[in-house]
Amino acid sequence: MVKKGRIISFFVILVVLAIVIGLTAKPIVNNIKLGLDLKGGFEVLYQVKPLKQGDKITSGTLHNAVTAIEKRINVIGVSEPSISIEGNDRIRVALPGVKDEKSARKLLSTTANLTFRDSNDKLMIDGSELEPGKAKMEFQNTTNQPIVTLQLKSSKKMEQVTRTIMKKTIPDNVLVIWLDWHKGQTYKEESKKAKPAYISAPRVDEELGKNVMIQGDFTTQEAKNLAELLNAGSLPVKMDEIYSQSVGPQFGKDSMVQTLYGGTIGVAIIFLFMLVFYRFGGLIANITLCAYIYAVIAVFVGLQAVLTLPGIAALILGIGMAVDANIITLERIKDELRSGKSVLSAFRAGNHRSFSTVLDSNLTTIIAAAVLFVFGTSAVRGFAIMLIISNVVTFITSVFGARWLLGLWVHGRALDKKPGLLGVKKGDVHDA
Amino acid sequence: MMLKHFDFIKHRNIFFTISIVLTLLGILSLFIFKLNLSIDFTSGTRIDVTANKALPLTKVEQTMSDLGYQTEQTVQSGQNNQVTTIRLNKELNRTQSASISDRLKQDFGNVDVSMSTVSPQVGRDLAKKALYAVIIASLFIIAYVWIRFEFLQGLTAVIALIHDAFFIITVFSLLHIEVNILFISAVLTIIGYSINDTIVTFDRVRENIKLSKKRLSTLEDFGHIVNQSIHQTITRSINTVLTVLFPVITLLIFGSESIRTFTIALFVGLLCGVYSSIFIACPLWAVLKVKHLAKRKKKRTIQPQS
Repeated sequence: MVKKGRIISFFVILVVLAIVIGLTAKPIVNNIKLGLDLKGGFEVLYQVKPLKQGDKITSGTLHNAVTAIEKRINVIGVSEPSISIEGNDRIRVALPGVKDEKSARKLLSTTANLTFRDSNDKLMIDGSELEPGKAKMEFQNTTNQPIVTLQLKSSKKMEQVTRTIMKKTIPDNVLVIWLDWHKGQTYKEESKKAKPAYISAPRVDEELGKNVMIQGDFTTQEAKNLAELLNAGSLPVKMDEIYSQSVGPQFGKDSMVQTLYGGTIGVAIIFLFMLVFYRFGGLIANITLCAYIYAVIAVFVGLQAVLTLPGIAALILGIGMAVDANIITLERIKDELRSGKSVLSAFRAGNHRSFSTVLDSNLTTIIAAAVLFVFGTSAVRGFAIMLIISNVVTFITSVFGARWLLGLWVHGRALDKKPGLLGVKKGDVHDA
Repeated sequence: MMLKHFDFIKHRNIFFTISIVLTLLGILSLFIFKLNLSIDFTSGTRIDVTANKALPLTKVEQTMSDLGYQTEQTVQSGQNNQVTTIRLNKELNRTQSASISDRLKQDFGNVDVSMSTVSPQVGRDLAKKALYAVIIASLFIIAYVWIRFEFLQGLTAVIALIHDAFFIITVFSLLHIEVNILFISAVLTIIGYSINDTIVTFDRVRENIKLSKKRLSTLEDFGHIVNQSIHQTITRSINTVLTVLFPVITLLIFGSESIRTFTIALFVGLLCGVYSSIFIACPLWAVLKVKHLAKRKKKRTIQPQS
């Protein structure tokens, strides 16, 4: 006799599953964080060096540098930046979705060390004298030119410096304002150029106090950036780009669309294959696969992991591998059916005997993925996380989920004497 | 199915020979053709220019030489060849990459420029890390199989696995396909996956040995068990590899160019993996097992006399 109750609960489960997926799919998909290889943006690996020769890079200086970088990224306004320290002296910064890459990269790596020097490049005042957070972009009253105003901690130093410079003769009575001056740059050389490397070199004819006004050859945006850069603070270190990757938004989008398209066709073939080969067992496997895909994406989003192109590939491959668990079990059940067992006992024996096989095969993959995660760069890490998640979820959906769903039909006696529904020909069954 | 009645033990030497020849070929190829390493492992710059149509290659090279760069390789890909990839053997700094990007946009209209540049130091580190990853993953897997099965099975499983990984490298070297960081992921995935097939078959061997009440000692005895186990699991082995191959093939055809090396490596690795677990691992295990037993027997018969 067919027990209707179990079959009804099977359909109830299906409906509940469909409702849950239907209601939550959209918010989950909207919350997927895309990596820069899909969204466009850039990633830079910086080699960190001390500002002064002979200084050492400690973990303290590295952390200070990271804080300064974070402040600057706030200036750029990127929603999902990722900054990480690698090894002893490297910092990796990834900014997905950045629009203006050129100025963002410039903003990140400038040390932003403001110095005031005389015409012989002798250091008069450096950035540590600045009152923090007081730099502002303003417009000059008379010319309406954008300018940057700053405040020094005390006026004494500036008074002293301007007094000395005032006494010099033209053209040496200038106070040269540099951003990131480095050895070898001289005022004398730069002043001959059309675009000098210093910001400005005002002539000093009166004593100045602690309020400083910089009149450079700024556009409004440049003046604004400089003010924000000065407020974010200077970097305690020098950073050289040793690796960089930048992805155009179109390139990223194309890769994603193509990969999803190819993957969807592949998955559709898997579904068809399972139906043809395992009939009813295949249908159950396909239902658990849908739950699997949903669960993997949900867990991935829940962990706030970043989806990369290899991650999508891993998701698609994971579907192929998750079916493995279904196939091992269904093949085993088929074997038992062929040896003449009833559907019920074949189902029991098949589940029991296939379990350790599935366990062994999934654990080996997890081992490989874990090693990948530890040693990988960001794109590879996305792949490794996806692989680990999919192997764990496989266990829940394709082993326990499939067993439960198929069990409802088997225990409900709906499949009794119908081995054909599980893909076994009547003629192949040996008499017990 | 023909394979269901195939005597794997009887014909083992054919397959052992094929695999040895392929491996030797790989070693030879590595010496002659070497590997086409991408900038990930060496250093230099790769620029991908995406336009809405194929760009004239000579014009692209002209632009690059105007800027003072010598291109090492320029290729086009994508359905309409709309992606042009330029390789430079120089690493670029921030201002250089910005000026290239600006110039390309100026010369070819509103194109989309993606660029990655690697310094020698980073390339070396990456290659080192990748090698460590492969070695460490292999060691962990050997340890796991050793614990769950017997040592000889662990050993043959790992031989089959190295055989698969090396075969991927052979194909990449012979066909001169670019090896990038994703290649390493693919090889590791194959290492994790190809051992599945082997384990599933060994699993059945273990079970069949328990079921047969006979004391096994000759190659014939073990050969029977091995053949029986392979026949019982072959449908499963082929079906599971098929379900992974389906998406790999569609990704190969329709997927993004950026993951092409990855999908090629997986494709080769999956095929080689199913071959090695059926034709190499189990028969090899039977041969080693019989030798091992014979040695032990000899020891036992000698020992009492001494």
